[in-house]
Amino acid sequence: MSPAGYVFLSVILFVIGGVGVLIRRNMILVFMSIELMLNACNLAFVSFARLHGNLNGQVVAFFVMVVAAAEVVVGLAILMAIYRARRSASVDDASLLKN
Amino acid sequence: MIHALAAGGSGTNLDPIFSQVLFWILAVLAVSSALMMIIVRQAVHCALFLAVVMLSLAVMYAMQGAPFLAFVQVIVYTGAVLMLFLFVVMLIGMTTAESLVETIRGQRLWAALAGIGFAVLLVVGIGHAAIGNAAPTTSAFGNDNLTGLAKLIFTTYVFPFEVTSALLITAALGAMVLAHRERTSPKPTQREVARRKIASGQVAPEPPPGVYALHNAVDMPAMLPDGTTTTRSVSNAVIQRDVQLGRDPEGNVAADLAAGERVEKERQIEAAARGREDQ
Repeated sequence: MSPAGYVFLSVILFVIGGVGVLIRRNMILVFMSIELMLNACNLAFVSFARLHGNLNGQVVAFFVMVVAAAEVVVGLAILMAIYRARRSASVDDASLLKN
Repeated sequence: MIHALAAGGSGTNLDPIFSQVLFWILAVLAVSSALMMIIVRQAVHCALFLAVVMLSLAVMYAMQGAPFLAFVQVIVYTGAVLMLFLFVVMLIGMTTAESLVETIRGQRLWAALAGIGFAVLLVVGIGHAAIGNAAPTTSAFGNDNLTGLAKLIFTTYVFPFEVTSALLITAALGAMVLAHRERTSPKPTQREVARRKIASGQVAPEPPPGVYALHNAVDMPAMLPDGTTTTRSVSNAVIQRDVQLGRDPEGNVAADLAAGERVEKERQIEAAARGREDQ
């Protein structure tokens, strides 16, 4: 399979993740959609690494994984703090800064 | 995955038919799971669909000559990150079902349209870029993958690598600070606890659930010395569950007691009759 197929697949997964961020109301699910987008990016990086025949893309994908892990830890901690404060994980309820 | 890895071991030139078939199976699996992930209502199901997507991506990494990343994907993403998600889902409660009412009118329709538009934009853009075939594979995509990555990380990318360590420490500290709950009232001492207990009028703990001839489940109310039953011995959650399931443990106990009294009365009558026969 040529790298183009993988790149198009990563585009589709990225778009699905983006739509998920837009339509879901639950913060955990918004987070999962962001993870899906990061995974799609990683797939594109790995495909481009194979396309160019060097490992730079794989190193970048590795760094993306590290950053994603850190991001998930902090994000879920924030989510827990918000849930503890207002007993809800809906993105609509966190509107204190509105108006 | 092992087959893909074995094939990847000799470069990424696996049997073209095999790689195509595997790619299409995994692509269909990944896309359908991703779609299900954003459609399904239960958060736990979403996490499981995300696991399917991540595992199929791991196999794709192995097919593309990235065995190290394939394992990192399985261990870090599917193992650690997804378990963290599941933990939070359990903590927050799976029953917090998402309301399906749209807060912004037509949001879903517009989101879908925007997604389709974005996808078309990206696909057309990438299609114009004319992605060629893969470069001839070297051993860096096979057995030497790990050493190649290590060389790059510790030479060209050594500064980003150092920055990553700072990021990880900051993230760990941040998570601790965010998850930490400051005590708003001083911790009650033993003396205060004892004083409050005496003042409340009930020194002993609540009675445990009742044990009867026919029932000894935790939802059975205890019987007090005066013969009455009390629901104070049953946990509130259990009482609510009984109400939901339409059970009536107190009624059961009352029926048992009435039956016992009846049996006792019959026994007395029998004894009296036997006494008369003896005379």
